[in-house]
Amino acid sequence: MCMAYTIEAEDLCKAFGETRVLEGVDLHAERGEVLALLGPNGAGKTTTVRILATLLEPDRGTARVAGHDVVRERRAVRAAISLTAQEAAVDGLLTGAENLRMMARLRRAGDRTRELLAEFGLEHAADRRVETYSGGMRRRLDIAMSLVSRPQVLFLDEPTTGLDPRSRAAVWDAVKHLADDGTTILLTTQYLEEADRLADRIALVAGGRIAAEGTADELKSRVGRETVELFFADAETLEAAAAVLGGRRGESSLHVGVAGAEDVRRVLDELAERGLPATRIALHKPTLDDVFLALT
Amino acid sequence: MTDSLTFIGRSLRHSVRSVDALLTALFLPVGIMLMFVYVFGGAIQTDGRYVDYVVPGIIVLCAGFGSAGTAVAVALDMTSGVIDRFRTLPISAGAVLTGHVTASVARNVVSTLLVVGVALISGFRPTTLPLNWLAAAGLLLLLMTAISWISAALGLLARNVEAANAVTFVAAFAPYVSSAFVPAESMPSGLRWIAEHQPVTPIVDTLRALMLDLPVGNAWIAAVAWCAAGIVLGRAAAAYLFARR
Repeated sequence: MCMAYTIEAEDLCKAFGETRVLEGVDLHAERGEVLALLGPNGAGKTTTVRILATLLEPDRGTARVAGHDVVRERRAVRAAISLTAQEAAVDGLLTGAENLRMMARLRRAGDRTRELLAEFGLEHAADRRVETYSGGMRRRLDIAMSLVSRPQVLFLDEPTTGLDPRSRAAVWDAVKHLADDGTTILLTTQYLEEADRLADRIALVAGGRIAAEGTADELKSRVGRETVELFFADAETLEAAAAVLGGRRGESSLHVGVAGAEDVRRVLDELAERGLPATRIALHKPTLDDVFLALT
Repeated sequence: MTDSLTFIGRSLRHSVRSVDALLTALFLPVGIMLMFVYVFGGAIQTDGRYVDYVVPGIIVLCAGFGSAGTAVAVALDMTSGVIDRFRTLPISAGAVLTGHVTASVARNVVSTLLVVGVALISGFRPTTLPLNWLAAAGLLLLLMTAISWISAALGLLARNVEAANAVTFVAAFAPYVSSAFVPAESMPSGLRWIAEHQPVTPIVDTLRALMLDLPVGNAWIAAVAWCAAGIVLGRAAAAYLFARR
């Protein structure tokens, strides 16, 4: 039997009135894989997730999640998935503990309320109404609610948008643990760094299509190298350094492409040997903008 | 069934914790009743004492108005993120709505008891026959369930909470063109025709006859039929709309 992928989508198309949001999305993810959909607002990430999570029907194309068709076998798909949507899906009038207990009952799962509260650092707020929670706490509870039943497939739609760094790190840890336990995770994000840290594979979404797909390294190598930005004491030194190193001139600095730390040392040594010392340097990684400009 | 119980628990918690909405649901009906008995009551002439005539009408008005609040509760829920989580669960579409409807009926039972209590203090003198009270309570439960389901469907249809709020106004005004506050015979012919053929009139007439131990006649058949139709249609429409949204 060919039971290859936990998530597989073929040629998904969706339009809302005149607006065509998806124009043929193909996706697949293996069991235990973390797949990131990376793209700007309006690219079609959320629509793709909502179709895969049985909340929307595609106009064309098919998708199977955990071996079941998302349109014809909704209930079976729903039994296998959890969705953490963009807007925190928590009940504000209930307490954190009540939210988790409610989900456990609806999922026919054992009560892991205490365990989950501890895991997401919410023990102190367990008996407070969720409407009094901060944004980060809501998000953490939201993800905890998706985990009461250890789903086969977890959809995370922009899980860290608007979170402070500490909450973001907590969410990242949780995602890694789950993937290690064999949960297949599809997450959407606008942040290259997030996709980089979490995903086994990244699919770039632009204009309702998958523009490129691969590991973070594969994609970045297609975009270009890191650059080092060099600042100098005066314009003359900058001029002279540019003559030696080439690179791209900024207003008061010079951008030079580098391949790793050793290359940065080579550049700095070369400047020092010629008596053109840099006063300050900054390293730049390829950004989401770079990736998009290069690949879409 | 288990899922419905879970959602009933959730909606009841919501009812108790939404303090503003709860106070409105409990005390507005009492205010309306006092207004009719003491402000308008003196000017309206009916056979017998007006307080006895009007209290059954007030009870129906309050039950309908309170149950229509389900539309607002449902619309609020549909605009919150949590509903997407419920809709991706392997549970029946109706469970969330059953929670709303049951909590609505529970709220209205409490507010109706309050209204009846204040009515008794204000001079309302109903029958003491237990069978009549049992039948009256049964009819009111049917009415609350019917309006709650219809309102749930309308709440799903509404694009936002403000639109859902309009449902409560329709429910609040329908009783005015009925036999709830003044006899239908006292109205001009066009209005009178409406009053005699709309569902509120047989329901109020039946309730009044039961509470005052007057002959019920055939009105109860129309009253029960309207309520039953409301429950069946409202429920079906709500389940359909919930699955579609």
